[in-house]
Amino acid sequence: MQRLLLKSTLFVAACTLFCGADWLHFRGSDNRSVATDALPVAIAKDESGNDQNVAWKAALPGRGVSSPIVVGGKAIVTSTSGYNQDRLHVVAVDAKTGETAWERQFWATGRTACHPTSSVAAPSPSSDGKHIFAFFSSNDLACLDLDGNLLWYRGLTHDFPTAANDVGMSASPLVMGDTVIVQVENKGNSFAAGLDTKTGETRWRQQRKADMNWTSPAVLRGKTRADDLVLLQSSDRLSAHNPHTGEQVWSYEVGCSSIPSPVAEDDKIYVVSKGLTALRYQPDAKAAEVLWSENALGPSNASPIVHQGRVYTLNGSGVLLCGDAATGEVKWKLRLKGPYWATPVVAGNHLYAFNQAGLAQVVRLGDKEGELIATGNFGEPIFGTPAIADGALYVRTDGQLWKIAAP
Amino acid sequence: MRSIDQTSRLRSFALGFVSAASYGVLLSTGTTARAANVADQVAALKAVGPEGAGNTKAKEAWQQLSQANAQALPLILAGLDDANPLAANWLRASVDTIAERELRKGAKLPAAELEKFTLDTKHEPRARRLAFEWLCRADQTAADRLIPKMLNDPSVEFRRDAVARLLIEAEQLDSDKKPEAADVYRRALGGARDLDQVQEIVKKLEGHGQTVDVPSHFGYLMEWKLIGPFDNTGEAGFDVVSPPETELKFTAEYPGKSGPVKWIDHATDDIYGKVDLNKAITKANGVTAYATTEFTAAEARPIELRMATVDAIKVWLNGELISANNVYHAGDKMDQYIAHGHLKQGKNVILVKILQNEQKEEWAQDWEFKLRVCDATGTAVLSKNRPATKPKAAADKKDQAAK
Repeated sequence: MQRLLLKSTLFVAACTLFCGADWLHFRGSDNRSVATDALPVAIAKDESGNDQNVAWKAALPGRGVSSPIVVGGKAIVTSTSGYNQDRLHVVAVDAKTGETAWERQFWATGRTACHPTSSVAAPSPSSDGKHIFAFFSSNDLACLDLDGNLLWYRGLTHDFPTAANDVGMSASPLVMGDTVIVQVENKGNSFAAGLDTKTGETRWRQQRKADMNWTSPAVLRGKTRADDLVLLQSSDRLSAHNPHTGEQVWSYEVGCSSIPSPVAEDDKIYVVSKGLTALRYQPDAKAAEVLWSENALGPSNASPIVHQGRVYTLNGSGVLLCGDAATGEVKWKLRLKGPYWATPVVAGNHLYAFNQAGLAQVVRLGDKEGELIATGNFGEPIFGTPAIADGALYVRTDGQLWKIAAP
Repeated sequence: MRSIDQTSRLRSFALGFVSAASYGVLLSTGTTARAANVADQVAALKAVGPEGAGNTKAKEAWQQLSQANAQALPLILAGLDDANPLAANWLRASVDTIAERELRKGAKLPAAELEKFTLDTKHEPRARRLAFEWLCRADQTAADRLIPKMLNDPSVEFRRDAVARLLIEAEQLDSDKKPEAADVYRRALGGARDLDQVQEIVKKLEGHGQTVDVPSHFGYLMEWKLIGPFDNTGEAGFDVVSPPETELKFTAEYPGKSGPVKWIDHATDDIYGKVDLNKAITKANGVTAYATTEFTAAEARPIELRMATVDAIKVWLNGELISANNVYHAGDKMDQYIAHGHLKQGKNVILVKILQNEQKEEWAQDWEFKLRVCDATGTAVLSKNRPATKPKAAADKKDQAAK
């Protein structure tokens, strides 16, 4: 088992070194929504309706609010179609050309009811650089290789029939080492589980509070990849677990939001609780230490972002808030046009925010203020956070995947 | 676990299929062997089970199977006929992989075999639909030739397409002010099973001065005997066996949550069969009610009991528990829960337990359920002694969303 873990660790480390340009999970490869890439600020359609820096647009089947990921030169997107939204699509788009490289379809084995603003394709796919784990609100989980070959399939509601939420579920899976972690929290059979990436067999499964929850697992990096922990946020706690065994390492028991997900940088964790709360976890400690809580920094639906000593959130009024990541002190506010479901992304020193109507707003992040420097219109609703890879921005609108890159 | 008999049957079918599909071409030993291999690989995929069981063997079989050429497609599609839902996805992925690759390299899909498979209603509806969708890639005339004849198909997807075509035809007649439009809408209604299409047709027919018995179209049960409230404080009532679970004695009186309770008769006039317990019994929280009704079946047959509720629910058919969902206020889309049961000829008894919790939010105050009896296509199965639908429910023009 230890050899297996070591191999996985080495593989992930190699991926980090050599596949660093990929965007492997919801909110990126460290779930931080941050990339170092330089992106154009003029994006999508300008006020005259002209495309700006649009490399290509690819039509997608059906509906979906999930985020794209980018791996091995392909952008991977999920969507669903059919009267009951019970056809599950996984589409691979060639990142260079925008052509469909392959498409696979599955039939949902779990329930497909969801709120009209969501979709059965709400969870974003995840990848370890070699495999794609496509998860859906019906709790169907397909593992494919990068050429679209099916490697295994699980139906978690098929296995646990009351594991369902008719408002829709949205927690994205997260691959850590050789385990893919899913959070299936709902009012029926509510659990988190770690599945073997090679076989799909269950490594561990732990009951969670029987309540609706839409947050996604996030990584808390350790000194080495073997020390990484997975953060699971529920309405009654934030807990940290060994991703391979599921063993709980620590738990911060407090009321947390059930929509925005946590984010971690180094040993600090930012969780949407009491507005926004910062925790520090030092290796081998029995608990995380509370650094600060700031009610004014509480976000609405989008998850917080931490970047270069600042924490950024979008509140329910469409205001971008910047706080000091060390103290929680609010540094500046900037009113944008909301409302938002998609978590923004940061590239270089610019924050890209995408509202529900499809308007992109680009903000230059300053020490004392933020400045709105550009807007672009995608003309279709945007609910999923975009991906950034190889100097390009991949934006999923209701019916299309857009690649934005300087020519 | 796959039995030897099951594998043998599939291999026999495979060899038979190769013979039939070859149309007199001399079979080579290699062709026969390949068909047998396909059968073995399909059987390996069909052996997958819950919690990842069989995934490792299935992965190997899938890799081999997906290398087959397009001639293997009908055989793989036939494997879907009795595949479990997990296995169905393995098989589907192999069909799509083979067909996608063959088309990319310029090969032809076996259109004649795919069409034959599509039209053979003995095959599983989703397998037929999958065959049809690849057929359409090979033969662009297929949809226009086949769909109009599929109004009463066992596949709800084919029906939906056929209804959609009739709606276009009827709308054209409507715009030309031709009265035959109403007849076309009626024909469309006969095939329609999806709520959105039924709602659209009902509205159009009402515009032509016609009424539609919507509850009977869907098979909603409208008349019940109700009793409650019993106690569900702390959501503890789900597994508490109250008297109606052990006896249906309609003259009896039992201790309830806030005093004695007795059975009452209740008939809903909601076009989607909603039984509103806040109105019929009392508006309360932390409570349980029971509803029961008799259903007289013309013949013994399998049926589906389809229900929707925001409350926790248990359903028994002839004393057998066939559905239990201990979930509160998480949606109530039409046909939210589907339970499979078997009617006996003559009298059958349906018992429903419906539990409201103690949430305080305004959106969490509904205590209600809807239940219908139908077959696997959603076609209503009606009780022989079904009472006539009350005029309000039959002609209700309000566009009541069935959520």
